[in-house]
Amino acid sequence: MIQIYHALKVDKDICYGCTHCMNVCPTDAVRISDGKALILKKRCIDCGECLKACPVDAIYVEQDDLDNIFEYQCRIALVPAVFTGQFPTYVSEEEIFSMMKELGFTHVFQAEFMVDVINELMDEQMKINNEKPLISTFCPSVMRLIQVRFPALIDHIASVKPPVDASAAFYRKMLQNQGVPDCQIGIFYVTPCAAKIAAIKGWSEDQGAVINGVINMRYLYNKLYAKIKNNKDRDRELPILPHLSSKAIQWSLTRGEADNMKGRCLAVDEIHNVIEFLERLENDEIPTVDYLELRACDQGCAGGVLLHGNRFMTVDRMKRRAYQLESVAGDVDWKEYAEIIEDRNLFVSKIDPLPTISLDQDFQEALKKMERIRNLMCYLPGIDCGACGSPGCQALAEDIVQKKANLSNCVFLQRMMEKNKKLSSEHAIRIIERTWGRDRLDKDCKKIGAKNEGM
Amino acid sequence: MEFIYEVDGGDFGKAGNASSAVKKILKQLNVHPKIVKRTVVALYEAEVNIVAHAYKGIIRVNITPEYIEIVLDDKGPGIPDIELAMKEGFSTASPKVREMGFGAGMGLPNIKKNVDELNVSSEVDHGTIVEMKTYL
Repeated sequence: MIQIYHALKVDKDICYGCTHCMNVCPTDAVRISDGKALILKKRCIDCGECLKACPVDAIYVEQDDLDNIFEYQCRIALVPAVFTGQFPTYVSEEEIFSMMKELGFTHVFQAEFMVDVINELMDEQMKINNEKPLISTFCPSVMRLIQVRFPALIDHIASVKPPVDASAAFYRKMLQNQGVPDCQIGIFYVTPCAAKIAAIKGWSEDQGAVINGVINMRYLYNKLYAKIKNNKDRDRELPILPHLSSKAIQWSLTRGEADNMKGRCLAVDEIHNVIEFLERLENDEIPTVDYLELRACDQGCAGGVLLHGNRFMTVDRMKRRAYQLESVAGDVDWKEYAEIIEDRNLFVSKIDPLPTISLDQDFQEALKKMERIRNLMCYLPGIDCGACGSPGCQALAEDIVQKKANLSNCVFLQRMMEKNKKLSSEHAIRIIERTWGRDRLDKDCKKIGAKNEGM
Repeated sequence: MEFIYEVDGGDFGKAGNASSAVKKILKQLNVHPKIVKRTVVALYEAEVNIVAHAYKGIIRVNITPEYIEIVLDDKGPGIPDIELAMKEGFSTASPKVREMGFGAGMGLPNIKKNVDELNVSSEVDHGTIVEMKTYL
């Protein structure tokens, strides 16, 4: 069994089992047990919907300590365009990047640097790929979704690395060519989402990790913005990176890829929309589309859960920045890097299926379990209240056959059992406490919305 | 194990509901993704056929350790010439149906391509029965 790494964690000290996360999870990956949210590793795709929905910030993203960068002599921050899109327009890219150097990074590179190369590779692949549409590898959450829920669509996935991975591979090679030993190079991606952390941390040794760590974008934004606010010395000489092309800046936004690929290209964003679309694609309901750009977040990466600003404002800022560069093709001198770019192996990788929704590896066993589920559904009320700690009646029935829950978890069936004298009231309370915690039914005037909230 | 779905003629918005339900079941039963895909594509085509041509229909899905058997039984105009209907590109779909992207005359041939056994029987002015079987 492949161990899947996840970046989303629950802080059990803060979580009070409110079910918001359980209700929004698009893959039914959350349960409530002992009054706390529990994320099922096999089902989670790190989309971050739970983090967005949590009213008390109990769901957090595991990140690397910024001090980890000092394990390397050559410390590279790999920054996506949405990062600069976070800052008010009066703050220049140069100011942001120079402040990052003060934090300890020796280099700042752009995550979308390789967009032109990727664009070309994908156009080439589209010509030869038998399966249409070709699906972009851009969003790691969507990649995991396809692996676990839509394994039949694996052959549609492009083998071209997403920009951040391709750019990391490029920079690593470039520094090696400049004579920096590989062990001294530490590349840290400033991530707008949890899924990228999971994808990077989930790399196995033999796949050859090119990114050494991840820095939470919200954390870095707060640190940098405070520094910029207190910076009196605005006029000094500042380091400048080559400007990205207008296309590269907008690549991570919705339609960023679709508008630049050849043929009939479609873009779908927001995870529920993506799931609905993939369901249809799997049924062959979608007429011929050549290229499919799928993003877990609404507005693409500008909607990432670790972004500080409003996503629509971020999109607007990025489009403005891109507009200013429209006449310029980007000032990257590709000739200088011809040798690296020709090594196409640097920019391709493969994604394997990881189907996880089957009830049992053995068909006969799975059939038996399904029979039991259908039988259980005759008794469950079908109102999906979530009071059992599972997101709905069907999920509870599945949990029961997998021996992870009991029929008596259902509060309605408890009432029936009590009526028929099959369950004592004390036992019923104990069952509730097992799911919702010991003091769940005690009076608490400090809870959100109650009369002493915050006192 | 048997699963039964009802299909209403003319409601294209709901066409695909049965196929999606069956797809989830097959995935939960750990059926190979390639077989899931073939079965669902065939079922979807047949489901759309009922929606496009018939008044109503019933889909019966029987899953055993050896095979998946699906029988679609509809009340509708029936097919006068089944051999002709099996030809690619032949369609009796109305212009309205074609406008919605259906009725390209690929339905039955596409079903045949995606299942191991196919049997179509029909009575004009009464209805059509499509039986398909895929071995596991």
